[in-house]
Amino acid sequence: MAELKKSEKIIEIVNVSKIFDETAAVEDVNLYVRKGEFITFLGPSGCGKTTTLRMIAGFDIPTSGKILLNGKDITNLPPNKRPVNTVFQRYALFPHFNIYDNIAFGLKLKKIPVTYVNDKGETYTKLQKLTRKEIDEKVKNALAVVDLEGFEKRSVSTLSGGQQQRVAIARAIVNEPEILLLDEPLGALDLKMRKEMQIELKEMHRKLGITFIYVTHDQEEALTMSDTIVVMKDGRIQQIGTPTEIYNEPANAFVADFIGDSNILNGTMVDKFTVRFCNHNFQCVDDFEKNEKVDVVVRPEDIEMTDKENGMLSGRVISVVFKGVHYEITAMVGRSEMVIQSTQSRAVGDIIGMNIAPDNIHIMKKEFTVNKYDGYISKKNTVIFGDGKFDCDVTQLYPGSHLDEEGYLITADGEKIDLTDVDVTVEVGLQSIEISDNADEGGAQGHIVSLIYKGDHYQYIVRTEENEEDYVFDSEDLWNENDFVSVKIKPENIRLQLKQEMKQNG
Amino acid sequence: MVKKILSITLCVLILVFIYAPILLLVVYSFTPSNVIGRWEGFSLALYGQLFRNTEIMQILFNTIWLALAAAALSTVLGTAGAIGIFYSRRKVAKPLQAASQIPVINAEIVTAISLALLFSAVLLYRTYFSLIIGHMVLCTPFVVLSVLPKLKQMDSNTYEAALDLGASPAQALFKVVVPQIFSGILSGFMLSITLSLDDYIVTAFTKPPMFDTISTYVYNAVKNGTNSSTPALRALSALIFVVMIAIILIINLRARKPAAKETSK
Amino acid sequence: MVKIHFSRKQLCIPYGLFLALFVVIPMLLILFYAFTETVDGTIRFSFANFLNFFTSTAKLSTLLMSFTIAIISTAICLLIAYPLAYILARSKFKKKNVLLMLFIMPMWINFVLRITALRELLDLIGLLGTDNYLNTIIGMVYDFLPFMILPLYTTLEKLDNSYLEAAADLGGNKFTVFTRVTFPLSMPGVISGITMVFMPSMTNYVVSDTLGNFNITILGKLIDQYFTTYDNWHMGSMISIILLVIIFLTMLLTGRFKDENRDARGANLW
Repeated sequence: MAELKKSEKIIEIVNVSKIFDETAAVEDVNLYVRKGEFITFLGPSGCGKTTTLRMIAGFDIPTSGKILLNGKDITNLPPNKRPVNTVFQRYALFPHFNIYDNIAFGLKLKKIPVTYVNDKGETYTKLQKLTRKEIDEKVKNALAVVDLEGFEKRSVSTLSGGQQQRVAIARAIVNEPEILLLDEPLGALDLKMRKEMQIELKEMHRKLGITFIYVTHDQEEALTMSDTIVVMKDGRIQQIGTPTEIYNEPANAFVADFIGDSNILNGTMVDKFTVRFCNHNFQCVDDFEKNEKVDVVVRPEDIEMTDKENGMLSGRVISVVFKGVHYEITAMVGRSEMVIQSTQSRAVGDIIGMNIAPDNIHIMKKEFTVNKYDGYISKKNTVIFGDGKFDCDVTQLYPGSHLDEEGYLITADGEKIDLTDVDVTVEVGLQSIEISDNADEGGAQGHIVSLIYKGDHYQYIVRTEENEEDYVFDSEDLWNENDFVSVKIKPENIRLQLKQEMKQNG
Repeated sequence: MVKKILSITLCVLILVFIYAPILLLVVYSFTPSNVIGRWEGFSLALYGQLFRNTEIMQILFNTIWLALAAAALSTVLGTAGAIGIFYSRRKVAKPLQAASQIPVINAEIVTAISLALLFSAVLLYRTYFSLIIGHMVLCTPFVVLSVLPKLKQMDSNTYEAALDLGASPAQALFKVVVPQIFSGILSGFMLSITLSLDDYIVTAFTKPPMFDTISTYVYNAVKNGTNSSTPALRALSALIFVVMIAIILIINLRARKPAAKETSK
Repeated sequence: MVKIHFSRKQLCIPYGLFLALFVVIPMLLILFYAFTETVDGTIRFSFANFLNFFTSTAKLSTLLMSFTIAIISTAICLLIAYPLAYILARSKFKKKNVLLMLFIMPMWINFVLRITALRELLDLIGLLGTDNYLNTIIGMVYDFLPFMILPLYTTLEKLDNSYLEAAADLGGNKFTVFTRVTFPLSMPGVISGITMVFMPSMTNYVVSDTLGNFNITILGKLIDQYFTTYDNWHMGSMISIILLVIIFLTMLLTGRFKDENRDARGANLW
């Protein structure tokens, strides 16, 4: 995006991190919000979107970094001093007040400057509370905006979820904030209600003309409502863009997987603007280095079905599901699954052809090609890294070496080296890791924190508890997120490298 | 059928066990006899004696005054403490809660002598100060125990919502948090009053020498064998029984009504 | 100008200070007194009180007797309260709470007055002075019964009927349903009832004095005597420490540490 004039940025977040009890909820986030836009922070739970919102509201103070409002630093300003109002996830209506008192809460606390002229004709300003009449008027208007006229005297507990939601919005907008923060405001509503409120919120945004900052984990909601989407994961921003940009040009496999349905496949660049996957060379519009391994993303609706003779790919239909507007057809192409959305149906077992246009093939750099760790040798042929302990082959450190009976390494030249506590870097390929649900079997243990389906296999991340070390690997087996597993690596697949030249042991 | 009769019999027997002594005192408070068991005709003479007995009236006043003061102070301290504990980190909250449990779990006699040791060390033994503190030690943990669950039930975002709408932290606390936990504060206060009224042991170890509450006065009267020579005490007991039973019934029956209304809606 | 930032967390400071000054320090003073003695006006460290307690047959027999009274009182309370709580909790009566109120009301009425009233009743029927042990136990049961009824009622009331139906459905007869399902599930109530009754039964000497005609010495009374009659605060503190150890051990046995927010003294009924 083009650099904007200072006046157009209402909020700027500069290098902000937030650390709770030694774990980073938000890491080095940089973004700005334009005046009047509808911006959405989107991501799975725990991605840092709510924490970012809470720092804008003032409920949490960043551990480091700055937050600017209209160019002024508000990082440490308490929430009651910010021209920002929040609609909370569970509404947080005051149960001991009726609807009127809930909405009037902010107005009753507010003091506005009023200018008077005294006997001598001098003017002076006094901070004054709003009059009862002014408050009544504003509350009435706010209730009209959310379609709840005449609800003033009702108690909170008599309202439905949707109505409470509207009161929460009225309570926030009645204070005429510059920015309205909405923290998953539709999360507690049922599907039909949610759809209705999405349209109403959008409409409200248009009418009020103020900035909306919206937090959700629902990608569809984000795509429908936002001017700008900020996709977050593990406290970091993955991509910032318009809904179209995010959908059509996902920055990485995570964004592609999280936004909409997608086929994510392993590919290799074979030539300029040519990528090979599923045993076929495709023309594409992205350019990468030749022979680079890449992730290929193809949206299901971008695959065109034809006869088996006319397709670039052909495959056998293994399932057909009717989805209302379209059919979702899954076909096996070689060992990869390909999901296709089409208005036409096919029978299970049919052989179909598939075509993909070059601009529908999205190619992105592989995020993980190899696991790298810092480790050290503990005793003969054992290396410690990534919160675990694995058998390895230390002779690879010195070509032609071997171990003697006492565990000392004898190099090709006959030198004797004690490797105990030697620092090494460790590399493990994505195909070299296996997992098991028997905790004692592997060298390290952790929970599966992420899985992404990549056509013919899943890419998993197993994270250990102690130091949150990640093991990324590909597997055809299906495991569940949060499964507790142990990580197995064969000794020959652990590639070691010395961190520095060893001192020789006489 | 047999089961039902057995159940009712058991309930009735236990009720008789619980209320027989109370009823006995109430009945014999209406006869001027010095000894229980000898009915000398209906009369309000004992009540007349009771209200003319300035010593007993003073003691009654002492007891109520002490209970109200201790309960009020405990409620303020305990409510603030509960809010503080609720919003503190575990590292702070856990030890505070553990210390707060000590007087709840401890035998009253141990609490009493521990305070006696403390106050004699600082030359405040058997003063009004030690007495009030003694009762606060008994009551405050129970205030904390009745307020904490209400804080847990409260939607924690309402405090933040108040700040968000422009309230200062103090305004948010008094306008939003306190009203939501008010039922807990009130029950803590009521509980404190009953605990203070009920107490003998801590009072005995902390009270000024010439100060008596109903508990210490009656216990000493029994100990010195003077209780039968002051039959007015019977009227006092009977009066307290009836008043307390009435108060408890009224509060509880009233408290249940709005709740019942809510659910029927 | 120094700006004082008001924070909700800071509200625990006064209570923290209060607890430190009037709860923690006094408890440490007990510990200090228990392991010291005053000789010629100077205080010095000593194990004498500790040794004295465990070599004095009088004190040990008081401990044993106190224990016996407390165990018998607790057992009787449990035997009376369990069937009662069961009947109340399982009854189809609409205003169960009012019924419960009748049974636990005494815990809000001054216990000295109630115990004195019981003394009058025992006197009237000629029991007072005949068997001081029996009368003390009657008094303990009378005073502490509500504290047994309430936790039992609370757990039995909450007991999900579907457990019992499931047990019956799986072929359990009434007896096995009770012994294998109802009773085990009501254990938390039983345990908190026992802790609520047992400890006061060992220490509340107002009951034993009033009903035992001032002839029964329980552990609480012994502590009181060392403070008020014998003026030996060191020994009194030592006995307190022993009492604390007993409390601690019973808590370990009953696992009360886990059950921190237990509704002691029926706070929720107000």
